[in-house]
Amino acid sequence: MSNTFESAGPVSSPENHRVAIRNTANRYGVVAVFLHWLVAIVVVGLFILGAWMTDLTYYDEWYRSAPDIHKSIGILLFITLVIRMSWRIVNVRPDHEPGIGTLQRQVAEAVHWLLYLLLFALMISGYLISTADGKPIEVFGVLSVPATISDIPNMEDVAGKVHWYLALVIISLASLHAIAALKHHFFDRDRTLTRMLGIRTHRD
Amino acid sequence: MTTRKFTAFALTAALLLPVQAFADKYIIDTKGSHAFIQFRIQHLGFSWLTGRFNTFSGSFEYDEKDPSKASVQVEIDTASVDSNHAERDKHLRGDDFLDVEKYPKAQFVSTAFSENDDGTAVLKGDLTLHGVTKPVTIDVEHIGHGEDPWGGYRRGFEGRTRIALADYGITYDLGPKAKELELILSVEGIRQ
Repeated sequence: MSNTFESAGPVSSPENHRVAIRNTANRYGVVAVFLHWLVAIVVVGLFILGAWMTDLTYYDEWYRSAPDIHKSIGILLFITLVIRMSWRIVNVRPDHEPGIGTLQRQVAEAVHWLLYLLLFALMISGYLISTADGKPIEVFGVLSVPATISDIPNMEDVAGKVHWYLALVIISLASLHAIAALKHHFFDRDRTLTRMLGIRTHRD
Repeated sequence: MTTRKFTAFALTAALLLPVQAFADKYIIDTKGSHAFIQFRIQHLGFSWLTGRFNTFSGSFEYDEKDPSKASVQVEIDTASVDSNHAERDKHLRGDDFLDVEKYPKAQFVSTAFSENDDGTAVLKGDLTLHGVTKPVTIDVEHIGHGEDPWGGYRRGFEGRTRIALADYGITYDLGPKAKELELILSVEGIRQ
């Protein structure tokens, strides 16, 4: 029975189809790929949701629910990023593609850590807006994140400004990051983008 | 100057002063927080929402012999708005409402005061809010006055008025029942 199953369908080299959970020196594992794209989609989604919801008027159907969703997803993003950073620390980081110079490697590394740092600052500033009066943040009605620092005068206003400008900086950096990935794919013709997509090409 | 010379000088000066009662000046007791600037506005027509301004200062003058000369001035720090909900307060400070960066101060300066026999009075004055100055009429109740237990002399009033937000260029749509808000001014002054 098992033989029948294994022989079904077109067979190529098993080496190519083995999906690694963990990173290797050469490739990102499926967990790193999944977490990367999950965070990317959520960050861009939250930016759009945040920019949209702050312009809603009082009689909009989403006036109350959109901020609740934004905050709930934001807390889940925080948890996801903690998991992602932990995963990164306990995994090897695949080597840079050959042909990438030392300076470029250092810049890439710095931008990646800067993005992590700014994302954490962004989420903390958002948390400080909603908890400025000591009220907790309800995550989809199942988890309640209590306030810690609160009752500083005008705390919600300062945190709000920081949250907005950090979001702009992060979206700008993420855009540069995406443009750089496309540059590697189309101009340098290396595996930088495809290996983060978890796909193999003739470049492998 | 010797003590005797000084006494003579002071007496002469006192005699030269015109025989006229000066209205007592009172500083509104914001330090001890015996003064409150509150507002209330309807939420969708279902309930009253109450808020207040936590930071303000002011003074009034009042002479029992001639109350019609009474005057009051109050300056409010608009960023101190507090409706017991951080996100709402942030919204209220933004440009949909108070726009506190552009208009950090609101103020009231009285123009006329007329007292009735029953302890009530009508106070007229100019209210500046959101950069717009409009005349308002405040119904006043004289709550009480007298010596406090700590050697001071205090006098307090409560005033109420209604203002239309649109008159002050605040046009964010909160619904037909929330076009106006009530201002409730409770002030206690310490005589100087």
